[in-house]
Amino acid sequence: MTTLTDQKIRELELKADDIRQTIIKMLVEAGSGHTAGPLGMADIFTAFYFHILNHDPKNPFWEERDRLILSNGHIVPVRYAAMAHAGYFPIEECMTLRKFGSRLQGHPERVRLPGLETTSGPLGSGLGQAAGYAYGARMDGKKFRVYCAMSDGEQDAGNVWEAAMFAGNNKLSNLTAVMDRNNIQIDGMTESVMPLEPLRKKYEAFNWHVIEVNGHNFRQFTDAIEEAHAIYEQPTLIVAHTIPGKGIPEIEFDYRWHGKPPTPEEAKQFLSELRTLRGKIESEHQ
Amino acid sequence: MLNAQLRLSESIFGKPEEKATRDGFGTALLELGERDPRVVVLCADLAESTRALAFKEKYPKRYIELGVAEQNLATVGSGLANYGKIPFIASYAAFSPGRNNEQIRTTISLNNVPVKIAGMHAGVSVGPDGATHQALEDIALMRVQPNMVVIYPCDAEEARKAVLAAAAYPGPVYLRFAREKTPLMTTRETPFTLGKANVMWRSENPQVAILATGALLYQALRAAQDLEREHIAAVVANIHTIKPLDKETVVSLARETGAVVTVEEHQAAGGFGGAIAECLSQEHPVPIEFIGVKDRFGQSGEPPELYHEYGLDAQAIAAAAKKVVSRK
Repeated sequence: MTTLTDQKIRELELKADDIRQTIIKMLVEAGSGHTAGPLGMADIFTAFYFHILNHDPKNPFWEERDRLILSNGHIVPVRYAAMAHAGYFPIEECMTLRKFGSRLQGHPERVRLPGLETTSGPLGSGLGQAAGYAYGARMDGKKFRVYCAMSDGEQDAGNVWEAAMFAGNNKLSNLTAVMDRNNIQIDGMTESVMPLEPLRKKYEAFNWHVIEVNGHNFRQFTDAIEEAHAIYEQPTLIVAHTIPGKGIPEIEFDYRWHGKPPTPEEAKQFLSELRTLRGKIESEHQ
Repeated sequence: MLNAQLRLSESIFGKPEEKATRDGFGTALLELGERDPRVVVLCADLAESTRALAFKEKYPKRYIELGVAEQNLATVGSGLANYGKIPFIASYAAFSPGRNNEQIRTTISLNNVPVKIAGMHAGVSVGPDGATHQALEDIALMRVQPNMVVIYPCDAEEARKAVLAAAAYPGPVYLRFAREKTPLMTTRETPFTLGKANVMWRSENPQVAILATGALLYQALRAAQDLEREHIAAVVANIHTIKPLDKETVVSLARETGAVVTVEEHQAAGGFGGAIAECLSQEHPVPIEFIGVKDRFGQSGEPPELYHEYGLDAQAIAAAAKKVVSRK
């Protein structure tokens, strides 16, 4: 990771806006899929693909690459968009999302698209996979890092806590999990469907180092990633507080946007708002 | 008579040596530990009874304890395989693949990573532990998953070879083992090829083909010997690989005899018998009788009395053979 200058932050903000626009275009073209989660995680995936990950889009199987395991597969449009903008495949291919014959399946499949690292969708299984990956890499003295992006809603699943116990017990310090703490799940707010708090205390009790950040602040998130690298005896959880639907004010915080795409009319409006936002970012930094 | 080319044990019909198939698993793991540093063993709090213990003691750094967490057993195994290891994940079949079926489906089969799933204590022969621990559905669960290979060895020696073959195979594999000691029918010299059935017994001009998988193969051989005394000629095949099925052998035996009995210590529905019926109904339809548990759960008891109760012993197999011959 290079130093995060103000100039770099501005570039990341602009890139995240581009990625959000691509997400909206993909979803409206697909006619189904999830909107809130991908928009909410756009800043974090931008940070990963354009600043944090040690990777090579032209060589997706490079052995020393950092691994990013996506556990909550339904937000994969944000990953596809970030990968396309990073150069893994042409941006136009994003428009094949969820269509017959596409490498961009509705939920990610490792064997179809190089760079996806794993297959996910059924919730709660990514942290265990990431822990196994990190365990194997540590056995061989590998220097790359393993990241796991997961949701808050999937913390309901028992497999997550089995994995949390395993990673904490084995002191997998090469593993960093990032939780999208957006407080929504399909049936409503997480704290009304099945309360999760106190999340920090729960993970700390399982021998994790826990950091909480604003998931839309590149500086905070990058600092947390650096802090995680410096922790040698524990895996780290970064609880990233995010706004579902971030970037489009009228859908922000609205759980009803979890699992539906915009209509063509809505998409037109959303894209215009994202272009306005882009203009603001450009002018603020001048 | 027994197939001399297979170099089978000479004491099959005398007093055969007995050993549990899980012991073959343990022996093979030690061999693999020596020969392939990529092999790691994961276990869910059952090191001794799954026979992973010897590997744990000899290669402690390559033994990974999961605790009583079968879902995580599958997902951590998936991650290790995705990285480049060859993980064997061991638990009782009732729990793995019983409890973690979805994790196996998504993160191992669909993900197509080379995790080797060792399901122990399968079948009613677990005995006194009762129905909760007697997996009778695992073959059905595993064989319907694309990419998954399913192997059910007939004795401890074949189990050893099956584990070595599974490690060498580049994709996911399910291996089924039993708790109790059962007769050794094969020897170190008996050939084992993944996906290739072995014809174990053949009477002259056979009228019925008995296709068996797992340790009940011994009961099938006893039945064939009894049938021969009653002038009913049978051929007995050991179908150790349920998927991919050796269709060539299965179809040729059905063609030759015109009547088939399938034998397995599993639900008669959906498992090995189902696989044979699917194959023959398309390739060469003949009458089939199914030896297996008929839509019931198991219960506590000693293996011989359970075999008898559920119609899995030599006597039941011989009766099924006569019945299927009469249906021709």
